[in-house]
Amino acid sequence: MAEKVLMKGNEAIAEAAIEAGCRHYFGYPITPQTEVAAYMSKRMPKIGGTFLQAESEIAAINMVYGVSSTGKRVMTSSSSPGISLKAEGLSYLAGADLPALVVNVQRGGPGLGGIQPSQSDYFQATKGGGHGDYRMIVLAPASVQEMADLTMKGFDLADKYRMTAMILADGTMGQMMEPVEIKKPQAQAFDKSWAVTGTRGQRSHNVVNSLFLSPDVLERTNFERYERYRLIEETESMAERYLMDDAEICVVAFGIAARVAKNAIAEARKAGIRVGLIRPITLWPFPAKQLAAAAQTCHSFLSVELSMGQMIEDIRLAIECKRPVALCNRAGGIIPSPDEVYAKIVELAKNGGADK
Amino acid sequence: MTNEYLIAGFGGQGLLFAGKFLVNKGMMEGKEVSWLPSYGPEMRGGTANCSVIISDDPVGSPIVSRPNVLMVMNLPSLDKYENDVKAGGKIFVDSSLIGRRVERSNVDAYYVPATQLASDNGLSGLANMILAGKILKELGEFEDEEAVAASLKKVVSVKHPEMYEKNLTALKMGRDYQA
Repeated sequence: MAEKVLMKGNEAIAEAAIEAGCRHYFGYPITPQTEVAAYMSKRMPKIGGTFLQAESEIAAINMVYGVSSTGKRVMTSSSSPGISLKAEGLSYLAGADLPALVVNVQRGGPGLGGIQPSQSDYFQATKGGGHGDYRMIVLAPASVQEMADLTMKGFDLADKYRMTAMILADGTMGQMMEPVEIKKPQAQAFDKSWAVTGTRGQRSHNVVNSLFLSPDVLERTNFERYERYRLIEETESMAERYLMDDAEICVVAFGIAARVAKNAIAEARKAGIRVGLIRPITLWPFPAKQLAAAAQTCHSFLSVELSMGQMIEDIRLAIECKRPVALCNRAGGIIPSPDEVYAKIVELAKNGGADK
Repeated sequence: MTNEYLIAGFGGQGLLFAGKFLVNKGMMEGKEVSWLPSYGPEMRGGTANCSVIISDDPVGSPIVSRPNVLMVMNLPSLDKYENDVKAGGKIFVDSSLIGRRVERSNVDAYYVPATQLASDNGLSGLANMILAGKILKELGEFEDEEAVAASLKKVVSVKHPEMYEKNLTALKMGRDYQA
């Protein structure tokens, strides 16, 4: 086992990406993710890679498109307003079936918003952001270790399914330091026979493109892509279950909110309340089956979010509104305190699922 | 056993570094640790702080809202955080920068004129580490001097090895300070 080192979450993403074989990074500075770019600017020149500070976020995502077309691992990172600028490129990557890793270290919005931590880009990440029918695999780390591990996993998933994997973190995850072990990735071979690498006169040329003027052809690409999405929904969802075995109340939270929730759950357990946590690690695909199973045994759900309540919609869908789902949220860069979450849990315990 | 530290003052006083030193020491001793800085506009000349948690158990939220160790290097930070400290907690005050005393009676307060000591002893800019030395002493974590030195070595920049001795001197000065 490699020695654990203290790293910021942003740095752990960058180092893990390099370890995963990414040699091309394009970005533009924005708080609170700038350390990703700073780290890449130091490391990439030393290992024969490319670090390029683009003239804008839009340029950076299109550079990602270009490199990905050649079959190389490539990434960009930004924070909320910057991801909005990249949205066009995300749609084009989807339309051309190109793998890429995109990191969003979220800050409060909308607009330029603020620079403190937020989870209010949940809709943008899981429901679209760019135009057209498409999905991204969305991974939500809750520790610096997961910032590294999910970055590696994100590259693999992107290559496996030829699509964008997004790391949806927040300012806390990016800025905090924790011990982390940058693991050695398992070498896997992915089919890149579609890449545009020059034919050397030995094969017919490949085309990477998102323009399909014939509706029949365009419809077919959409249906084929959604077959792949269905497979991903069936096989790739991930969640952590915490104290769920005897739980009557199920807290659902990801990222920093899940960590705050764990403190509150520990307190509530001391008070004899049977409460547990399901922490989605993949936000898309959403761990709907685990939640549906919890609805069999829990009388209420509590969504803890750093937003006005976005994931709560997916929770309701997953459990088909069979149980009441309450919301404990802060917005604008403020993180709910363990006390606030605890108070909500106590309230739910008193109600026993009686009201919505 | 969990210690939650809040280290607060002005940007540029080395608060984040002091936190980094403490958290690194915790990690080297096999503890679960986290370090979370304030970031953004307040770092550019205003107040800054960092949350450090060192625990025997996995760390939940890395945000310290109820510290049991508070280190303050300016008055606004003492005003802001004094009441957040847990009963029985410890407050470490740079008394060369903060004129008033701690008002609470259910916490232990320690006054070290750290900035003055630093400038009197050619350790300008190391008041942070003088206070860190005092914290380690009062928590009973300075007995193993080698562990302190080893952890310091890890966080001092390789580009400035001369700073290691100075930092160590500052830590010991804090440890040995008697009011």
